[in-house]
Amino acid sequence: MVSTELMNILPQLASGAPHTHALGFSLVGVEGDVVTLKCPYREELVGDPDTGVLAGGVVTTLLDHVCGMAVWAALDRFTSIATLDLRIDYMRPAKPGLDLKARARCYKLTRSVAFVRAWAYDEDPDDPVAAAQAAFVLDSDGGRKPGANLKRGKAKA
Amino acid sequence: MSAASKLAFDIQALPYARWLGVQVELAGDEMTGVLPFSQHLVGNPLLPALHGGVLGAFMEMTAMAQLALSERRERLPKPIGVTVEYLRSGRPVTTYARARVKKVGRRIANVEVEAWQDQRASPIATLHAHFLLGGLESGAEKTL
Repeated sequence: MVSTELMNILPQLASGAPHTHALGFSLVGVEGDVVTLKCPYREELVGDPDTGVLAGGVVTTLLDHVCGMAVWAALDRFTSIATLDLRIDYMRPAKPGLDLKARARCYKLTRSVAFVRAWAYDEDPDDPVAAAQAAFVLDSDGGRKPGANLKRGKAKA
Repeated sequence: MSAASKLAFDIQALPYARWLGVQVELAGDEMTGVLPFSQHLVGNPLLPALHGGVLGAFMEMTAMAQLALSERRERLPKPIGVTVEYLRSGRPVTTYARARVKKVGRRIANVEVEAWQDQRASPIATLHAHFLLGGLESGAEKTL
């Protein structure tokens, strides 16, 4: 179960960053340790104008983000996390005009790594659009201060 | 035939590519995807860093554009599966990506993409993808 403290900031974590805000992400709900997010359908996010289907990249972003949210839900606190790897199977195109949803669950936490699985769907969670498997590194900022990426010079190794 | 007209589709015609701001640069048959930094791509406002999904989407589009350049088909390739590895955080500067088509079969293509920022030798992310190819463009053999 997710504490009230984390529950209070989860909607902000779903859509608070410029990119997630621009995509229009929102938190649908949290059931136990399963987090569900939504991305509303929009013409601008279409991948192939001939079909009107949302771009694969939108599905990728929603899955990456919902996986991260599931890590915070499992930890029951906010900390900096970074995606290590993300594998996605695209099973079928999302139906044009429908909002895209994704649910994720973190099924293993170690001291430094979290393992997550997620599914994206439009109408029926049992008829998924895509499936994802991801690993995250925890406390990824490693003491890096806010604005660390603004410094010029050598890329951070 | 000019290099630009060799691209079977105009990347700017794809709404999501336009929304992200993805561009392609051609040097002969060598293609580089270019993603100029923009505020709406930020996933971590503290560092700040690009959203991981942005990098995945950008590399996926670079792979599709490379396939459209080297394989002339009637429809856009459809992704079947992608694997993204994140190596470094995406800083708020321009990101580049280059794709290498590893194998093209009758229906499936296998592509590898690397994305970098200031230093080509220090990639920030890589992507491996399988695509389902559309039908062969009619008369493609003649024009190639």
